[in-house]
Amino acid sequence: MKSAIAKRDVHQDSVETDVVSVVTDSRDCFHCGLPVPSDLDLYVNIDGVDQPMCCHGCQAVVEAIIASGHENFYRVRTEVSPTGQGLVPEFLQATEVYDVPEIQGQFVHSLGADMREASLILEGITCAACIWLNEQYIAGLPGVTDVRVNYATQRALVRWDETRIKLSKILQSIQKIGYRALPYNPDQQQELHRQQRRLQLRRLAVAGLFGMQVMMISISLYAGAWSGMEASFEEFFRWLSLGLTLPVMLYSATPFFISAGRDLARRQVGMDVPVSLAIGIAFASSAWATINGQGEIYFDSVVMFVFFLSASRYFENMARQRCAASVEQLAQSLPVVTTLLATDGGTEESVAAATLAIGDRVLVRPGETVPADGEIIAGFSALDESLLNGESIPLDKNVGDRLLGGSINVTNPLQMEVKSVGADTVMAEIQRTIERAQAEKPPLARLADRVAARFISFVLLIVVSVAVFWWQHDAERWFEIALAVLIVSCPCALSLATPTAISASLGRLQSAGLLVKRGSALESLNRVTHVVFDKTGTLTRGRPRLERVICSQEYDRGQCLQIAAALEQHSEHPLARVLVQEAGMLEKRKLAQVTSTAGGGICASIDDEDYFIGNANYIASHSSAEIPAQWLEEIGADAVTTVVLARADRVVAMFTFVDELREDAKTLITHLQSLGKSVILMTGDGDAAARQVAELTGIPDYRAQMSPHSKMEAVQALQQESAVVLMVGDGVNDAPVLSTADVSIAMGGASSLAKTSADIVLTANHLPAIAQAMVVAARTQRNIYQNMGWALMYNFGAIPAAAMGLIAPWLAAIGMSVSSLLVVLNALRLTR
Amino acid sequence: MEIIYLLIPISLVLLGVIVWILLWAVKDGQYDDLEGPAHRILMDEDRVVEPQKNSRRGDAG
Repeated sequence: MKSAIAKRDVHQDSVETDVVSVVTDSRDCFHCGLPVPSDLDLYVNIDGVDQPMCCHGCQAVVEAIIASGHENFYRVRTEVSPTGQGLVPEFLQATEVYDVPEIQGQFVHSLGADMREASLILEGITCAACIWLNEQYIAGLPGVTDVRVNYATQRALVRWDETRIKLSKILQSIQKIGYRALPYNPDQQQELHRQQRRLQLRRLAVAGLFGMQVMMISISLYAGAWSGMEASFEEFFRWLSLGLTLPVMLYSATPFFISAGRDLARRQVGMDVPVSLAIGIAFASSAWATINGQGEIYFDSVVMFVFFLSASRYFENMARQRCAASVEQLAQSLPVVTTLLATDGGTEESVAAATLAIGDRVLVRPGETVPADGEIIAGFSALDESLLNGESIPLDKNVGDRLLGGSINVTNPLQMEVKSVGADTVMAEIQRTIERAQAEKPPLARLADRVAARFISFVLLIVVSVAVFWWQHDAERWFEIALAVLIVSCPCALSLATPTAISASLGRLQSAGLLVKRGSALESLNRVTHVVFDKTGTLTRGRPRLERVICSQEYDRGQCLQIAAALEQHSEHPLARVLVQEAGMLEKRKLAQVTSTAGGGICASIDDEDYFIGNANYIASHSSAEIPAQWLEEIGADAVTTVVLARADRVVAMFTFVDELREDAKTLITHLQSLGKSVILMTGDGDAAARQVAELTGIPDYRAQMSPHSKMEAVQALQQESAVVLMVGDGVNDAPVLSTADVSIAMGGASSLAKTSADIVLTANHLPAIAQAMVVAARTQRNIYQNMGWALMYNFGAIPAAAMGLIAPWLAAIGMSVSSLLVVLNALRLTR
Repeated sequence: MEIIYLLIPISLVLLGVIVWILLWAVKDGQYDDLEGPAHRILMDEDRVVEPQKNSRRGDAG
């Protein structure tokens, strides 16, 4: 018999991230797509059609959306919405703490007497329509003057009139339409990024606009040189070019000079050294020629060079900053509000977690997140630390044990004393590790940087020798030729080759529903030989469904469900949730003396009769009852997940659950096999369940009953046979295996992004995207090689030509720009 | 051709205006979210035909 309590599942995330097709089954909830309990008749009329609802939470949400006149949301959304099941009144109350001025101090900015502004993190966003709905809805609240939601970061900026609406009211209103909003304090890092991005964009705009004018005038000058031009006009045009180039030099080109100066101070040669030299020398000589009224001017080359380089820097920077946003979400897993206890242990007070100091006493209720690192001073509970160390089974902790901020209290209330806060916590350390990993450049880009650095020293050497050579042979042309070599040889194309291809692919994958956390993951993905799948939550929906209820003679189905649900109300376990949901509107029975055993079951008395509910082992150890052999026969040899309800002397009922296979699992496996990858299934579940899934999906190699540790060993064994392993898991429970594998993909929404150690997160509930990612990875690699090949060919072909005096500086500037542009355009092919 | 002494200053004034508008737009955050407006414009209508993409995605998902 299989244990019913298989895993402490991703009970925290499942609420927001379980997203299925928006075309819901007739018996699935219209709002959230979860199956509707069979005995629940709940409908909401939307556009004249009665749509089924799975729970009162969803019903309330849908009614709130319709009441506000936004039913259009259901027509344009592309994913189903987060379920309303988790909507709890406690959260509604907790928002009131945000009205306290001391707490507001951290999040809210004052704009004048009554105007306030705050940034909110929105949770539960599944598609663009959700953002639209939130924006429309918040903007419609009386007293809110301005709302702007950023689609990329899912943050909202809200301005409101303090005299007409309170922040807590805004948060509660968002809650009513089924999303969660939390105010947050944009950290300095992020603010810095934003300013940097804007500055870059302004520089780019200036270079582009002034550059256009300079180019226009240059064309007149070239035409004039060809067909004759009055000297006064020529003089005027030259001065005009100088004037128009000046802002570009002084404003747009400054980063190159600053960075070159930094490089030289460190006695290194970066790419900006030849760039600055070329721009600086060309501008100085042209300015001199203009003032003297004789000699060539190269203003067109200067502006073009600055514009194209600024553009490529801007795009590269954008790609890098997109990844940085995900880190912040880890900080979010610490609770914002926590319960502070007075030192005498008497009064409770809600305070912002950020204000906690060492030595404070805090109350952590079951289901709450521990706000900081500390020690238990009273109580005994199980704690889920999966977020921090990937350990999927909650650990029992007692007085004196250490608590880690970010872990979740599962069973009983605890009192803790805070030992470290802020940057000293384990959570902060993990966050720093993630940041470091993200800053790391992919190996190919590192190689390109190294090659480029050497190449630059080599180029500078060539420029000097070319200048010296032409000085001796043709003193008139030495400057022009040396300048042409300097411009033509800029290894921009070489340095652009990898970052552009990778950021193009990341964008492509993001729209396919895959968030790549590290650029280097693409490179490893391309080399993958073996794909290892976890079963629960990966190939299957990870959402158990009640299949059968087998009752003993004196009870009927309804009664069994009623008793089971009454008991299971006290459990957080996923199976318990299913039973409670299934019982739906049935009248709840009164309970007394509830005792729960972690990982086992629950005992309570109803009408003076003791009932036990839990897995078979729990029942065997707590009651003398035996499960009738006939029942076991009935459910068959295929060990399905079961929960048993019993009295002290006899078994009352047995509930069996199934976990449905995702319908696109087989498509994915077939596709992967056709790409020549070996597919392996590893699961903690029993042999029969594993075999069934393996047969249905066509996986030849399956391994059952594996602990997270043995999965890790199996992956290591594969790696020793020089296999490159891609691990696909549900993210939270599989953390150790995910980090062992060469590349890892975790299932889950964007909100669990930072909670997993995976390289890639599948945000769309669409498995074949994984095969697509492999195809994209292969194309990216090919694209990078094409780009590098082209860049090297260009540089090695153009330098000798320039050195021989065959290329004029303006032609060199065009050549350089075109070679970079070709690289960018080639990379952009990946987005299609 | 002396008209050029008038036309070019005019074009420079225009350039100045354009640069000022652009700098203002950047400062105002018009370029902070390039994705959003594309969705917003489709959804702000009272009645919208469901985009083609949805149904395809629905079948596959």
